[in-house]
Amino acid sequence: MSAVETWIQHSHAQAERLPGAKLPWLLATRNRALERFAELGWPTNKLENWRHTSLAMLEQQEFVLSGVDNKDFAADAVAKLRQGEDGGHWLVFVDGHFAPTLSEIGTLPSGAVIGTLAGTLAQHPERIEALYGAPEEGESPAALNAALATDGAYIELARGVAIEEPIHLVFVGGVSEATQMLRNFIVAGDAAQATVVEHYIGRDGATTLTNTVTRVRAGKDANITHVKLQQEAPQAFHLAAIDAVQARGAHFASHSLSFGARLARNDIGTRLEGEGCDALLNGLFHVDGKRHVDHHTRLDHAFPRGTSREFYRGILDGNARGVFTGRILVAPGAVKTDAEQRSDNLLLSRLAEADARPELEIYNDDVKCAHGATVGQIDEDSLFYLRSRGLDEAHARNLLIYAFAAEVLGRIGMASLRRRAEAAVRARIPGGDLLEATA
Amino acid sequence: MLKINNLQVSVEGRKILNGLDLEVPSGEVHAIMGPNGSGKSTLAQVLAGRDGYEVTDGSVDWDGVDLLDMPAEERARSGVFLAFQYPVEIPGVSNAYFLRSAVNAVRRHRGEKELDAMDFLKRIKSEMKTVGMAEEFLYRSVNEGFSGGEKKRNEVLQMSLLEPRLAILDETDSGLDIDALRIVADGVNRLRAPDRSMIVITHYQRLLDYIVPDRVHVLSRGRIVRSGDRSLALELEERGYGWIEEERRKAPRVEAQK
Repeated sequence: MSAVETWIQHSHAQAERLPGAKLPWLLATRNRALERFAELGWPTNKLENWRHTSLAMLEQQEFVLSGVDNKDFAADAVAKLRQGEDGGHWLVFVDGHFAPTLSEIGTLPSGAVIGTLAGTLAQHPERIEALYGAPEEGESPAALNAALATDGAYIELARGVAIEEPIHLVFVGGVSEATQMLRNFIVAGDAAQATVVEHYIGRDGATTLTNTVTRVRAGKDANITHVKLQQEAPQAFHLAAIDAVQARGAHFASHSLSFGARLARNDIGTRLEGEGCDALLNGLFHVDGKRHVDHHTRLDHAFPRGTSREFYRGILDGNARGVFTGRILVAPGAVKTDAEQRSDNLLLSRLAEADARPELEIYNDDVKCAHGATVGQIDEDSLFYLRSRGLDEAHARNLLIYAFAAEVLGRIGMASLRRRAEAAVRARIPGGDLLEATA
Repeated sequence: MLKINNLQVSVEGRKILNGLDLEVPSGEVHAIMGPNGSGKSTLAQVLAGRDGYEVTDGSVDWDGVDLLDMPAEERARSGVFLAFQYPVEIPGVSNAYFLRSAVNAVRRHRGEKELDAMDFLKRIKSEMKTVGMAEEFLYRSVNEGFSGGEKKRNEVLQMSLLEPRLAILDETDSGLDIDALRIVADGVNRLRAPDRSMIVITHYQRLLDYIVPDRVHVLSRGRIVRSGDRSLALELEERGYGWIEEERRKAPRVEAQK
């Protein structure tokens, strides 16, 4: 039996237990999505969008859907993450299921909802119906997700509502062979504002599969910041899709920080579906060993006067491989589009590899569109300059690595989140404790 | 006391220093002048410990230790300081962090207590005032977007913070207007001390109007071909380097004797 057939069996076995199992529209969507996945299977290098990243190895790997009890590990992980921080909004999911005892929602302004997919499907399924997403959308893992997602966050902000504190979503993976399929929704009314942080944490040594989809709908002049901090176990498979749509004048920022997993693939796309939108896709990955990380981005300029900025940086050690594909589409009517894309990679070993590929499709002449990519090693002049001031070679080297990363983190506007991200990077660099407050 | 004896250095197989001899006693300031390509910067880089320079012969003795045997960071901690001709820009590292790391590396080596952020700020702010640098430069990335003059002031600032025993200034005057030149020169003059030697490398005599050297040496094709007092610099200013080349051609070649 092939792995794909196993998933179909899982799906039939789970059907009754999935949230909203009795909703005909959802059932129909799930069935069509499953059919689509059965037909396509896991993507391989033969597909243009997967040229550098194959999921063929998932064919060989057995996964189960129902998790083993993982609550103690999750409680520890969440406590570590909260660093003694009181208050704020923390929604925790363990093995793909909401964990109310580990979660805490602070005081919210009226017109703000922070809930779950399962809860919303139980009480207000109509809110999800138009948002859930069609089975045809995205790559084949997203179809499997549409068929099997067990839960996720549901965040809704009425017109003009702003949530000041970040909304933390914590996804704790399980033991080996466990799977989590999550589907999150962030729906912002006109001029609404929020910052949502997705944390992915795994159990060291566990070969798990995370398949997550986050759908963002930003109303006119809304301002949504999304931060994703992926710190799964080095053996984990992590597949993520972030799909945003921005109405006129909306701001959307995505910060994708990818540090964990044996294989991580992020499909991040936004559609500027109104005049004067701006989008920032910012990312950093830092991997070693034989690990593989892929960011596949799409900026869809559909309307005039849109601005997009895209900055990805990779730090690759050992035999690691980093892949970046940046697709920018500028529609015939999207005049005065201003798009800039950069991909910079720092290779720390001879065997590490980086691929950067811009894909620009521009259908009008009145645009500013710039792109550039670099792959390089640590700058010897900088290294000597630091050593000539008494810093030992390791300190100098780590400082330069950290500085390379810190530039990406500097674009995270909220200071508390930026510091959290900086600490996460420092924790990954040997001697990182020496690097405090470099910037 | 710095004693350089018959120093021969190659870069990528090309010989740049050709049997250089030089002695700089403690407390003295020596100027090294010479045309482009004579090996001035190579000498500076070799003394500071840059990789990629192959020392094929000769020695550098510094108060009884073999300088060439030490890695760059150890030389720096022991009191060697190179003011770079082209200070390096390091995006993402604040000047404050950089300067504090440098100061503490040296302090650790001397067995002194490291400065915490507060003590350091007190110290650095007064030093910055003396070299005419605004406080904002602490919070900017190292040399990033600094003008030529600002970079050189930052070098002098580092020098005064690190209190070296051997300071090498590599064309610190290049690209400076007269005001910046004065500030840099003041910084150097303030640091003159009986236990400190300085080597001022320059292409032009101009800097030596402000930093009056004890000795002037002329470097040509990788060797010191002439030494004298300050009047030698003035002579070079007047006559250029051509006459020295001329004299050198007539003199017996060192290589030929070997």
